[in-house]
Amino acid sequence: MTALIATMVMLVGCNQQGNNSNGALSSSAAEKVYVAPGEHDEFYAFISGGFSGQLSVYGLPSGRLFKVIPVFSQDAEKAWGYNEETKPMLNTSHGFVPWDDSHHPDISQTNGELDGRFVFINGNNTPRIAKIDLSVFETTEIIEIPNCAGNHSSAFVTENTEYVVAGTRFSVPIPQRDMPINEYKGNFKGSLSFISVDPEDGGMDLSFQVLMPGFDYDLAHPGRGASHGWMFFSTYNSEESHSLMEVNASQNDKDFIAAVNWKKAEEYIKEGKFKTMPANYAHNVYDESTHTATSTMKKEVRVLDASELPGLVYLLPTPKSPHGCDVDPTGEYIVGNGKLSSDLTVHSFTKMIDAIENEKFDGEAYGIPILSFEDVLAGTVKQAGLGPLHTEFDGEGNGYTTFFISSEVVKWKVGTWEVVDRQPCYYSVGHLMIPGGNSRKPFGKYVVAMNKITKDRYLPTGPEVTQSAQLYDISGEKMELLLDFPTVGEPHYAAGIAADIVKERSKKIFSLEENKHKYATTSDANVRVERNGKEVHVYMTMIRSHFNPDNIEGIKVGDKVYFHVTNLEQDYDVPHGVSMIGANTSELLIMPGQTETFVWEPKQVGVWPFYCTDFCSALHQEMQGYVRVSPASSDIELSWTLGED
Amino acid sequence: MKKKARILMLIGALLPLLLFVFPLWKITLEAPQYPTPLGMFIHINDFSDANPHDIKNINLMNHYVGMKYIPEAIPEFKIFPAGILITTFIGLLIAWKANHKWYLYWFILMVVLSSAGLYDFYLWEHDYGHDLDPKAIMKFTNPDGSVMGFQPPLFGTKDILNFTAHSYPQLGAYSLGLGMGLSFFAYLLVRRENKKTTLA
Repeated sequence: MTALIATMVMLVGCNQQGNNSNGALSSSAAEKVYVAPGEHDEFYAFISGGFSGQLSVYGLPSGRLFKVIPVFSQDAEKAWGYNEETKPMLNTSHGFVPWDDSHHPDISQTNGELDGRFVFINGNNTPRIAKIDLSVFETTEIIEIPNCAGNHSSAFVTENTEYVVAGTRFSVPIPQRDMPINEYKGNFKGSLSFISVDPEDGGMDLSFQVLMPGFDYDLAHPGRGASHGWMFFSTYNSEESHSLMEVNASQNDKDFIAAVNWKKAEEYIKEGKFKTMPANYAHNVYDESTHTATSTMKKEVRVLDASELPGLVYLLPTPKSPHGCDVDPTGEYIVGNGKLSSDLTVHSFTKMIDAIENEKFDGEAYGIPILSFEDVLAGTVKQAGLGPLHTEFDGEGNGYTTFFISSEVVKWKVGTWEVVDRQPCYYSVGHLMIPGGNSRKPFGKYVVAMNKITKDRYLPTGPEVTQSAQLYDISGEKMELLLDFPTVGEPHYAAGIAADIVKERSKKIFSLEENKHKYATTSDANVRVERNGKEVHVYMTMIRSHFNPDNIEGIKVGDKVYFHVTNLEQDYDVPHGVSMIGANTSELLIMPGQTETFVWEPKQVGVWPFYCTDFCSALHQEMQGYVRVSPASSDIELSWTLGED
Repeated sequence: MKKKARILMLIGALLPLLLFVFPLWKITLEAPQYPTPLGMFIHINDFSDANPHDIKNINLMNHYVGMKYIPEAIPEFKIFPAGILITTFIGLLIAWKANHKWYLYWFILMVVLSSAGLYDFYLWEHDYGHDLDPKAIMKFTNPDGSVMGFQPPLFGTKDILNFTAHSYPQLGAYSLGLGMGLSFFAYLLVRRENKKTTLA
């Protein structure tokens, strides 16, 4: 067996050498992705989980998975959406929604460069935007988006994280009402939402929405540099069809990129040109000091009507149902990736402003000027491949575009629009990511391609196989495939950043002194069990290697028992877990200094054990306790002990 | 020359006051699971963490083998500061008024008191390392069958189970030592000067 592996390694090694024409001095693909034991990767990659609803954290170039951050989906491993503290995070106007489809992570920026404070990501299905705080790598805020359906053109941030945007993929009646579907045209509307981000604490607030024609809004990117103050949204279904969309939404030769002047929008807001619409949407905030989330229902939203407010939105004709809508590091070029085309259309921001000033219009849509295609066109990357989806930039004057149908990444030169290189993807690549690729300063060393189809690339695992990403070295003139690595869920989109910007800020523990949880027990002196009718609250602590208390009596069938458990540890990487036999919920996984709560409703008389679920120490197996459950009619007093015979 | 010696004695008497600013000693515990070692500073009036929560985490480690928690305060925290203040006061008086022989007496006093302090420290360490809870979770014995102790070294480096313990003086101790050295040097200076004078 060992010999076989050795032979295979040799074969692979030879093969790599064979592919590499740069001579003996250049290192092999294996060496380039090898991060020695104990060493750290150079980049973090935040890769969306798609229908898993989560966000996974990888290291590059190794492709190693570090963490799956629960965002929109319940996660029993971390009690996300199961414990009392995080249930409010998944609250919406539709009630508790334990799942979503997470698509596009984007990292916060300052002056157009990644600052590594937050990652924003959209929930596509029940429209939401989540914020992940990179000091803890946890979701700390989720805001629902009203007047939106299929929040797809999201969650992209502006140059100073003034706003994170959301756009409706499915136009709908706004406000929602009972009406025939075939009266879509002219009656359904789109909305583009601008969620402000507090520069101090990152708090999100739905500042305003721009009401748009009933197209489908697909993706977005911010202007930067000279184009700062604009946000560009790609659209399809400018046909406004409502059925058999694959045909009916693909009839127009050109759809649009909608250029939204959000600085202008701010002026209109200041002038009071907005309408306040009644709404109902959830704003969920997780407080790090109380370790608890609260959900607040918000009741109105400010709306600006693009049809009525001149200068707010312009439409840039863009061929064939563009998907990605990408802005180069200088902010001058806006790339429309017409997914049913073989060409890439590149618009010029300078020309766009000139066309606006000189009113080079080619009609209008619902009162919104359509700019003349030829007058805004910077150039076309011709016959680059089939089905362009998404472009990122290396900061060296090159664009890298994925082509879904021809399954490849194509490198081209910004300005001359000539194709420089192409590399196949295995298979059918969707989006791609260069760390910092959506910023003024990309780290142009690697590109990650996220594929839609895997088939035979790994050991088979039945009909459902892993989804997959691929890493390419782009530091040379030619791209080089270095690594395949499996992903969690469907990797729709990703954002990457130099690890040095993030890792120093990563917290090691939560301070016990700063624990403001309502039911925290920060010292053993405060351990207790309290009864309030049928509700029982257990104020419990955990530290290597025991629970306090670990024997509880006086619980009765029919009680609702809240276990509020505080981890008294203040050492790095000493979480404890806790689970109770028969509890209709998940375990808790509690970090040092943190308090979490689970509810147990005992249904059977007996003595029932609980235990620590995360191997914490040499005495982990001894970290356990018992609860005595008596009949409902019993008059046994509540008592709790630790270490008594 | 005598004036110079008097200034040296003055500085020598003042230097131990730095013990109120800088730690006396440091014990560091290294183990593979602690990429950042655990550490404890010993001041003349306090124990403090080298990194936040280190003492708490040392206690947590040590409870497995039945060692007592490192106390919040010990009587020495009152005695040592008083001792330093009194000897400094005496030293200043000597620097101000007294004859150079008193420099030597102060030096000897300090040597005696420091040795007593070190011995006291040793006793505390010994007790800390040997007075183990009979219900200790893990009990270890030496090859001769006696109960294994976990006393950290007074000075130097020693392996204790999975930990490597380092125990070394810190800036406060060096200040004390330097102060004592200066007093002795001041004494020698004057004595040599006197001999020259006598010969001449």
